[in-house]
Amino acid sequence: MSGDLNNLRGKFAIAGVATFGCGEAPGYTDMELLAQAARLAVADAGLTMKDIDGLCTASASSTMWSMPVVEYLGIRPRFIDATMIGGSSFIAHLMPAMQALESGQCDAVLVAYGSAQRTSTLSRKEIGKARLLMDPQPYEHPYQPMLPMSAYALAASRHMHEFGTTRRQLAQVAVSARQWARKNADAFMRDPLTVDDVLNSRMVSDPLTVRDACLVTDGGGAYVLVRADRARDLPQPPVYVLGQGTAVWNRQISSMADLTVTAATQSGRDAYAMAGMGPKDIDVAELYDAFTINTLLFLEDLGFCAKGEAGAFVEEGNISPGGSLPVNTNGGGLSWGHPGMYGIFAAIEGVRQLRGNAGDSQVAGAQTAIVHGNGGTLSSQSTAILGTAAAL
Amino acid sequence: MVNQEGGVQAIYQAALDQGRFEIQRCNDCGDAIFFPRELCPGCGSGDLSWFSPSGKGTVYAVTTVRRKPEAGGDYNVSLIDLEENVRLMSRIENAAPEEVKIGMAVKARVTVNEGHGLLVFHAMEGAAQ
Repeated sequence: MSGDLNNLRGKFAIAGVATFGCGEAPGYTDMELLAQAARLAVADAGLTMKDIDGLCTASASSTMWSMPVVEYLGIRPRFIDATMIGGSSFIAHLMPAMQALESGQCDAVLVAYGSAQRTSTLSRKEIGKARLLMDPQPYEHPYQPMLPMSAYALAASRHMHEFGTTRRQLAQVAVSARQWARKNADAFMRDPLTVDDVLNSRMVSDPLTVRDACLVTDGGGAYVLVRADRARDLPQPPVYVLGQGTAVWNRQISSMADLTVTAATQSGRDAYAMAGMGPKDIDVAELYDAFTINTLLFLEDLGFCAKGEAGAFVEEGNISPGGSLPVNTNGGGLSWGHPGMYGIFAAIEGVRQLRGNAGDSQVAGAQTAIVHGNGGTLSSQSTAILGTAAAL
Repeated sequence: MVNQEGGVQAIYQAALDQGRFEIQRCNDCGDAIFFPRELCPGCGSGDLSWFSPSGKGTVYAVTTVRRKPEAGGDYNVSLIDLEENVRLMSRIENAAPEEVKIGMAVKARVTVNEGHGLLVFHAMEGAAQ
């Protein structure tokens, strides 16, 4: 029996976070955005780059990404983890980072990411073509699914078929995200958005429209993880890692056993078990919303709704500002922004809420947050439960 | 021992190129397997053999990818469950994309274009409602 890793609960804390260049950062490279976010996160933690002796990072294009990152930052890490499981990677990095801190292998882990995908001179069409060559999926690509979106569209079609979920309910996910974004000056899209606006926007891969899809923005994000005793001596209020779990069940959408049940059931179960908590103990949820269907699936798979009931839950206004469960309080990938792999930004928003400095979008009295990352085409899922000192 | 015909991906495609749709079955646990693999994902066995499935299946999930008419127009992408209990991605060729529905009965066909075989599906007679 491997146990529930309860011995790691609350022993590590996020001491620094930062974003840089989110939205549009014309003329910047992925590395430059990462480096600025890293520099700011380390400063936010009250540390210097010399204190960083552990690194976790991942890139959607560079296969050896950790090496140029080490070189660029001028660090000499004793611990490196470059696990790449798509957008959930930077939440998944928490566990190896905690294990490395626990063993004494290192003392301060920097987790960092940057993407210039919106304004990069390398077009997404060119990147798409390169991926077909570098990472072939010979049993899907011949049918020209518009990946990743068509994979999520297939999942949405199944959710609608099995549970009667409607396009209006999917649209409400985007509307709720926008309502949160309107409270956040850092969000990229803040114009008013209605359910009808979503329904009438351009259909891309049925039943998903362009407004059911996340934005394409630039941005860098970083956080610093240290042992809890050290975090208490640093300037920011520590945000403790109470639980963590990661699960991968497949790569291709066609290999997924049930398109309405994701591996978040496993990652969430593991994270809750480690934290000794359940969905009722969560004050804020940051759920990687690459597409509107994601939010519904994760609300269900992380236990906030019974399977099949998330559409109605969302339609009743539960995840909007003022609802029973604040979800994607920065505006999410749908309206805050989506620099390619969003997971680290979900984690950073969770920290912002728990520090109590989320401005107009602050959830009053938030002591616990679940931050959930998704990668590939519903392929990887990683969940972390974060908390303030009051949640220990 | 290395198979002189190549790995299972090459063998699968070579059959398609000759107009045949073949998938694997595990000789130990009996599971049908798709996509082709060097080991059974159910039990780990390496003792697998090829067979011709019935080709009968049901649409499990469906999307229409929107594309400008001048680029060829909208097209269907479906996930199909074969009656042998495997799932795969393909498209339904004899129905308009908006007519393809979850639960529709479909049948496999292999099209060969300039020597390259591709698995596609047709809605079965009377099923395209």
